[in-house]
Amino acid sequence: MPERAVFKTKPGLSAKTVEEISNIKEEPAWMRDFRLKSYQTFVQKQLPSWGGDLSKINFDNIVYFIRAIKDRAKSWENLPKEIRETYEKIGIPEAEKKFLAGVSSQYDSEVVYESVRQELQKQGVIFCDTDSAVKKYPAIVKKYFGKLIPPNDNKFAALNSAVWSGGSFVYVPKGVKVSLPLQAYFRINAKNFGQFERTLIIAEEGSSVHYVEGCTAPIYSTDSLHAAVVEIFVKKGARVRYTTVQNWSKNVYNLVTKRAKAEENAIMEWIDCNLGSQLTMKYPSVYLSGKGARGEVLSIALAGKEQHQDAGAKMIHLAPDTSSRIISKSISKDGGRTSYRGLVYVAPGAKNSSVYVSCDALIMDEKSRSDTYPYMKVIQKDTRVQHEATVEKLGEEKLFYLTSRGIKKEEAEGILVNGFIEPVAKEIPFEYSIELNRLINLEMSGSVG
Amino acid sequence: MLILKNLSAKINNKDILRDISFTFEEGKVYALMGPNGSGKSTLAFSVMGHPSYSFPEKSKIIFDGKNITRLKPERRAKLGIFLSFQSPLALSGVNVFQLLRYASQKKIDPLSLKEKLEDYSRKLKVAKELLERPLNEGFSGGERKKMEILQAAILNPRLAFFDEIDTGVDVDALKTIALFLNDLKKGGKTFVLITHYNRILKHIKPDAVLVMKEGRLVRVGDGKLVDKIEKEGYEKI
Repeated sequence: MPERAVFKTKPGLSAKTVEEISNIKEEPAWMRDFRLKSYQTFVQKQLPSWGGDLSKINFDNIVYFIRAIKDRAKSWENLPKEIRETYEKIGIPEAEKKFLAGVSSQYDSEVVYESVRQELQKQGVIFCDTDSAVKKYPAIVKKYFGKLIPPNDNKFAALNSAVWSGGSFVYVPKGVKVSLPLQAYFRINAKNFGQFERTLIIAEEGSSVHYVEGCTAPIYSTDSLHAAVVEIFVKKGARVRYTTVQNWSKNVYNLVTKRAKAEENAIMEWIDCNLGSQLTMKYPSVYLSGKGARGEVLSIALAGKEQHQDAGAKMIHLAPDTSSRIISKSISKDGGRTSYRGLVYVAPGAKNSSVYVSCDALIMDEKSRSDTYPYMKVIQKDTRVQHEATVEKLGEEKLFYLTSRGIKKEEAEGILVNGFIEPVAKEIPFEYSIELNRLINLEMSGSVG
Repeated sequence: MLILKNLSAKINNKDILRDISFTFEEGKVYALMGPNGSGKSTLAFSVMGHPSYSFPEKSKIIFDGKNITRLKPERRAKLGIFLSFQSPLALSGVNVFQLLRYASQKKIDPLSLKEKLEDYSRKLKVAKELLERPLNEGFSGGERKKMEILQAAILNPRLAFFDEIDTGVDVDALKTIALFLNDLKKGGKTFVLITHYNRILKHIKPDAVLVMKEGRLVRVGDGKLVDKIEKEGYEKI
């Protein structure tokens, strides 16, 4: 596939490549230095010894930066057939389809979204890609960037810190409530897509915002590594909800670090739906650092043939009266594997805190597998802890019940799986939950409707 | 309308049904009785197409002249066969309305389906809120049975098996159910009532009573056979 790229680094990573990336972006010195230090950390850090199998990632084969002109000159017809078919079955509009598939990097959205942008501007909300933010709002970016997830957090955070491109920057001023989810814009803005995107959200005191990333159509990437970093600061009394519905193509390693800090009486909610990829390792976390802060992670993971979804959540209770809730629903089929990996830590002094963890696994057949690794470290004594875990095999009896009503077996499986994830799926914006529902039926039966 | 020919059934290599032959006629009501473990539910499962059972070559289930022995359950449902389960399972995230939307292949428009459901629920004395809750989740035994009957009423089958529809049901509910079934039967439906007790059969008069023991059909009689069983048990049959 020919690519009309303006600039493209050589495969593999070196300090020189990192510098090159920074130069072509015309970044300030502090960001260049940050990248270079992060690169050193990346080199020194070992791969995690737990989770999924990462041994096949060849860091020397990856192109870490591409700047393309208008389009990448791929054509729709060149895409793998199953990807094209999925798009058609889900019913994504033609223009969006091409963009999502990476065929076109621009989508004529200026007119449609102009009114939304104007509305945001009036409220003082900043919403742009992170590259632009570094230049336009250096003071804010510098204050928060890499502060919650430092490069030395893990090897992939270090890698992202060294080579990041794109991602979203959101700043919501004090008391401002953003009524529309920030989503449509994201769906069609090319700069936000990438292998190493970096997202930073700051919600000032008493503000609220809902950010939605992704889509249910498979995001086709010839590159096999996606390592993003998302940092969210939720100030006193603010509320942020971050919804992800992602379906990476099945060659991708999806290794994402997501973390939020919730201050006094703040609320942080992660809603995380992971489909696709060959291996996902993702554990959205909330540092409950202020009194009365609340954190939630609701997640869905679906692992099919040759896929491993190692997903979960982290809740770190650092202040009194904090509460957290983790609800995880995972489905494995056709030999797929799901793992729930969770960490709940209640620090001394986090009095009167409450923890709720519920992880349910649904296993569709004998070949598939599910594991649960729920770590809990509760040091403060008066903590209320509730933990529930279920593993369910998709019962032949339930399938027989549905088929005896005249429903086809494949459709019956879809009904049962959608029923299983319903408590989480209902939290997702409507248009996404419909797509998710269709996609699950598609995964079950190979056909929609 | 339904002919069983030398029906034997195995599950995990264990014989459950042994060489049953019988013809069920259109528009009649049958009572299927017998001690626990005699194979009554298996008979119903076999007719509905439960995938766990295997049948020898000579066993045949014929519905309307069509051999359905190897047909998938959903195909049998389409032909007009229905099974009301003895212990219906709970379905999380799916209520009875949604289930019936799928089951009717969206042939009934949602509004008329809703109206019908509500109408039948009133007659069956089913609380309206049960229609909106995930099917059978936290439902009492009696409520579960009524949900089965609701589905039967909407799907409008020609042949229906009711497996212990009278178990776990109080006296008033039993009467409501019996009245409803009598109404539903009009128009020439064939019912097979699997039961241990004669109390439901006082409300719905069976045209024939079948008695099974150890996987065999051991006796076929009229309504009087029920009284005899009630008095003397199965030992002497």
